[in-house]
Amino acid sequence: MKPFAYQAPVSIEAAVALLAEYGPRARPLAGGTDLLVQLRRGASDAALLVDVKRIPDLTRITFDPVSGLTFGAAVSCAELCEHPDVRAHYPGLVDAVRIIGGAAIQNRATVGGNLCNATPSGDSIPALIVLGAEAQLTGADSTRCVPVRDFCTAPGKTVRQPGEMLVALRVPPPAARSGAAYLRFIPRAEMDIAVAGAGAWLQLAADGTIADARIALSAVAPTPLFVAEAGAALIGQRPTEDAFAAAAAIAQEACRPITDVRGTAEQRRHLVGVLVKRALRMASERVAS
Amino acid sequence: MTKKTLVSATINGEETEFLCEPQQSLLEVLRDGLGLTGTKEGCNDGNCGACSVLLDGRLVNSCLVLAVEIEGRSVVTVEGLAEWPRLHPLQKAFAENDALQCGFCTPGMLIASKALLDRNPHPTEAEIRAWLAGNLCRCTGYDKIVRAVQAASGE
Repeated sequence: MKPFAYQAPVSIEAAVALLAEYGPRARPLAGGTDLLVQLRRGASDAALLVDVKRIPDLTRITFDPVSGLTFGAAVSCAELCEHPDVRAHYPGLVDAVRIIGGAAIQNRATVGGNLCNATPSGDSIPALIVLGAEAQLTGADSTRCVPVRDFCTAPGKTVRQPGEMLVALRVPPPAARSGAAYLRFIPRAEMDIAVAGAGAWLQLAADGTIADARIALSAVAPTPLFVAEAGAALIGQRPTEDAFAAAAAIAQEACRPITDVRGTAEQRRHLVGVLVKRALRMASERVAS
Repeated sequence: MTKKTLVSATINGEETEFLCEPQQSLLEVLRDGLGLTGTKEGCNDGNCGACSVLLDGRLVNSCLVLAVEIEGRSVVTVEGLAEWPRLHPLQKAFAENDALQCGFCTPGMLIASKALLDRNPHPTEAEIRAWLAGNLCRCTGYDKIVRAVQAASGE
């Protein structure tokens, strides 16, 4: 790796001051499972790594039934999935986060890093989108919250500006009679990158019809893709296989897959149909439980 | 030339200090700086698991950890498993079950298996296979490794 400087500040203020000073040549370091690989490959010319894992706010997980879940950008995938409140209230998030890499990667990789790396195949991103999560970005002078659905702008690109740091992710409290799920297809059982993935969330009304629904996809567009119209088509319907198939067909129309080493565009579009139906079925089963 | 940083950490139970540059991985410092060559360099990008170590008790790939990041932390490498002259139960089980051929993946397999048994003393075969997915072996076909971990777990 090319030489770089390293700092491990213990406050958000100190971290953003370093990011402001170095501008785009500073990179926040969370788990490092993507960043160190990029640096070793020469794909990044960072002059400074700002290790954010010693900042207490960035490693904290809090849950409250009224305000929901907040977790720091440096919380590892393993820590998030081990948290009893996350396991109890956000199984759809756990679906996605626990399949990012194997055991060793789980202990280092972070959801914050998964989001900031903004690969189209980032598994946690559709799960966050369908749960209505927001990302808190803090810079030297201001803090803003961005819906995760608007966070990624192109492969590897996000709305985060130089000098800004992802501090935390906020997920709304689980709504009554709601459920979520995330599924992906990979050719082996684990330790792989999604060929395609689908996240689904739905909420039932008291009469058993669908009051609201959201669907988001991975690895079938330049960014993780929120398909608003697929969720909207479910509103007022009963949660039946026919309704799920109709929503899946809309998601298949909306996706823009490419052919690459992991799969063809046709295969990916086919998988979107299968995965959206299955994710909706899982999400609706979780409403009952 | 980047300025060297002094890092203090506990390595295999011993307080250790070393100098390193920020871009040096923990793997590099363990092998080249501290002479702990049991930890192997395979892919150097987090796919093969040959460089597995425990960091504060958690399984990590030492190629994806900067040495400067372990300040104040505790690391266990394969050299820290045996309590001389007694092998660790996993080492004994690997030997008795022929769970190695060339041996290159073995230190990582042992460390990953220890991390599993520390949190789940009696894993199922499926749990062992899923947990070891981040550790590649090109010789054994994995079966004997899985049997060894089962033997060490008392199953």
